[in-house]
Amino acid sequence: MKHTILRKEKLSAENYLIEIKATRVAERFQPGQFVILRIHERGERMPLTLADVNPKNGTITLIFQVVGKTTMELRTLNVGDTILDIVGPLGNPSEIKKFGRVICVGGGTGIACVYPIIRALANAGNDVITVIGARTKSLLMLEEEIKSVKSKIYITTDDGSKGHHGFVTDVLRDLLKKYDGEVNRVISIGPPIMMKSVAELTRSYHIKTMASLNTIMVDGTGMCGGCRTFIDGEMKLACIDGPEFDAHKVNFDDLMSRLEMFRGKEAQATEYFNKHVGAK
Amino acid sequence: MVEIGGKRTIMRERSVEERIKNFHSVPLGYSEDEATREAQRCIQCFNAPCEINCPVHMKIKAMIRAISDGDFKEAFFIAKRDNPIPAMAGRVCPQEIQCEGVCPLAQRGQGINIGKLAAFVADWAREHEVKEEFHIEERPEKVALIGSGPAGISCAVDLRKYGYRVTIFEALHTPGGVTQYGIPDFRLPKDLVDYELSFLTEIGVDIQINMVVGQNIEFGELLEAFDATFIGTGAGAPKFMGIPGEKLKGVYSANEFLIRTNLMKSYHFPKYDTPIVCGTKVGAIGAGNVTMDAARCAKRFGADEVHIIYRRTRKESPAREEEIEHALEEGIIFHELINPIRIIGNEDGWVTGIELVRMKLGEMDNSGRPRPVPIIGSEFVMELDTVIEAIGTQPNRLFLNKALELETTRWDTIKVDDHLMTNIEGVYAGGDAIRGTATVILALGDGRKAAKSINQYLSKRS
Repeated sequence: MKHTILRKEKLSAENYLIEIKATRVAERFQPGQFVILRIHERGERMPLTLADVNPKNGTITLIFQVVGKTTMELRTLNVGDTILDIVGPLGNPSEIKKFGRVICVGGGTGIACVYPIIRALANAGNDVITVIGARTKSLLMLEEEIKSVKSKIYITTDDGSKGHHGFVTDVLRDLLKKYDGEVNRVISIGPPIMMKSVAELTRSYHIKTMASLNTIMVDGTGMCGGCRTFIDGEMKLACIDGPEFDAHKVNFDDLMSRLEMFRGKEAQATEYFNKHVGAK
Repeated sequence: MVEIGGKRTIMRERSVEERIKNFHSVPLGYSEDEATREAQRCIQCFNAPCEINCPVHMKIKAMIRAISDGDFKEAFFIAKRDNPIPAMAGRVCPQEIQCEGVCPLAQRGQGINIGKLAAFVADWAREHEVKEEFHIEERPEKVALIGSGPAGISCAVDLRKYGYRVTIFEALHTPGGVTQYGIPDFRLPKDLVDYELSFLTEIGVDIQINMVVGQNIEFGELLEAFDATFIGTGAGAPKFMGIPGEKLKGVYSANEFLIRTNLMKSYHFPKYDTPIVCGTKVGAIGAGNVTMDAARCAKRFGADEVHIIYRRTRKESPAREEEIEHALEEGIIFHELINPIRIIGNEDGWVTGIELVRMKLGEMDNSGRPRPVPIIGSEFVMELDTVIEAIGTQPNRLFLNKALELETTRWDTIKVDDHLMTNIEGVYAGGDAIRGTATVILALGDGRKAAKSINQYLSKRS
C-alpha cells in the first residue's frame, strides 16, 4: 500500500515538512522511534525520525533536510504524490518518566527529532529546558511548538543571525553551571559532532545523557549490522538496541568515521539524480 | 559391458569471462532434449532413495519418468505437489547430500541431476504458462505466518490447500526472505523468485509487507486475532567474529553486503539508489554458501583479488560443491587453514589488511569436524581493502525480545516438539528459526510439517 503525501511545507531553503498517510505508524509511534521509507522501487531504504504523528487522522509528519539524493527526490514530491514503503515505528522509544529537570538539545534536523521527546517529557511532569541550534536562522524550526509545550527555549546559531552567536554547547555549559546538581537528564539529538561535545560537557557533571544515533542502516530490523556501534566495548545495533544510547559510552569518533563510508557514492548518486531526474 | 545410466548431462553455463561482468544466472538451464536425455538415464530403482532423502519427499521418480516421456506438464504437477518452489529449490538445494547423493548411479559419481531437472520443469511450466490448479474448500479459521521465507511459503501453500485463511507478515518491503535478500541473482534469478512467490497471492494468501512483528504489530495481537500461528522468522541476524577492527570502513557482514546487492540491487547503482563500496582486494571470511555468494558478488563488482579465508579445509566446508567450483572457476582464491586475528586499518579508518594465523586440524569437535588449532608464531598479514564476515547467521533477537513467552534454546533458536509446536499452544515454528543456519529445503519441509500439525490442531479444536 502506497502512502499519500497530504501536506508539504517549505520550512527553509533546506528544510521541508511533509505529512503522510501511514495509519499503522501513526497509531504506534512513541517518541524516539524512527521509520524507514523507500520512495519507489529503485529507492534506498532511508531511516528518518518522526517530528509528529496524528493517530486520529492516521498521519505522520517528517521533517527532512535536503542533503543527499533521497532527500532531493523527496523535495520534488508534492501533495497527492505517494511514497512506496514506510515501515515503522522501528527502534526503541525514549525513556519517558518524571526525571525532574531535563535539558533537551537539538541541532539542525535533530530539532525535529527531539521535539516529540520534549513534549512527552513535559507531559510527564518534567521541567524541560530546550536548547536548539542551527548554522543560521533560516534552518531553525519548531520554536513555537516547543514553547507551546511549556519548555523554556534557548536558541543558538553558528552565524549569530538569531539567539546566541555560537554553539548549543555554549548555552548548555551555562545552564549546567546555573543548575549545578539540579539537572537530572540530558537528551541530545543532532550531528554527531554536536552530540559528542554535549557528552563531553555533561560527563564531568555525571548527568545521564542520551544521544540518538543516526548511523549507516539498510534494513533497520537487525539484519545488516551496518549500524553496529560499540557501547562499553560490546557490539550493539542502533536499529534494534537503539537508536538512543548512553552518550557517555558512545564512541562518536567511530560513528563519524563509519558515516564516511559511502560519502563518495552518495555524491555520485546526487550527481546522477541531478543529471537524469532532477533536471526534468 | 553396458554402462548403466551413462554420464550426467552437463549443464551449459555462462562463460567465466562473461559472468564475472554481470549478475545473470550462471547455469543456462536444460533444453527439452537435454532434460529428456538426463531423465532417461534414471533406472527407476525400486526404493527411490532420492525421495526418502528429500526433506519434502518430492515424488522424484515419477517426475523423472514424466520428463523422460516428454510429459513436462505432468512432471511439473508432480514436482509442485510436494514442493511449492521447485525452480528455487532445484537451484539451491544441497542435492549432493540429499536426493542426488543417494542415487544408485552416484556411486560412480554420475547420479541423476535431479536439481537441474526440477528447475527445468518449473522453468518449462513458467515459459508455457502452465499453472498448478486445485480446488480449495474454504474453512473459516485464520492462521498467521511470521516471515515469508521458504518455511512460510510452504506452510502457506499447504494451509491454503487445507482451506485456511492465511496471512503472512513480512518485515521487509518484499516477500521471499533469504531467497530475496540473501541468494544472488547469478544463482537464483529474482524474476523466478517473484514468479514462484506470485503463486501465493494467486491462491489467496494475504501477504502483508513492512510488518515487523514485535515492532509495529505485537506478537500477542497475532495470537489474539488468529486461530494458529507459524513462526518462520529465519536466522537473519549476522554473526561477527568479535575481533578488533570490525568498526573499520570496508568491513561488512555478509548479510549487509548481500542485502545491498540482492535486495537493494546495488549492482544497478546509481540507477538504483543503494550504494556498495567494494574494493579491489577482498577477503571473505568463512566457507559456506553465503561466503561463496559474497565472494562471487565482490568479483562481479570488479575486485581484482577475492580471497576466501577459511580456518578448516575445503573438505570440511559446508558449501555446496557446485558453489565452490563456480567460485574457483571465477578466479576466487580459496585459502585453507588460516584464521583472522584482527582487521587492520589506516588513520582514516579504512581497512588495509587482515592479520591471520595459520591453523592445523586437531581432534574432532561437536560438529563432527576436526577442530582447527592455531599454529603459534605463524601470524602474517594479508593486504585487503574490503573484508566480508560470512561466518554464519543467527535468529534475529528483534522478534525474540518481543515474544518473551516463547521458549528458546541457548542458541536463540525456538524450542519445538515433534509436531513443531512451540511451548505456546497453537503456535508452531520451523526453518532456520528452530535450526539456526540450515537450508531452503529443510525450511520447506518444516513449513509443510507445521501446516499438517496446524491442520490437525485446528480440526481437533473445531
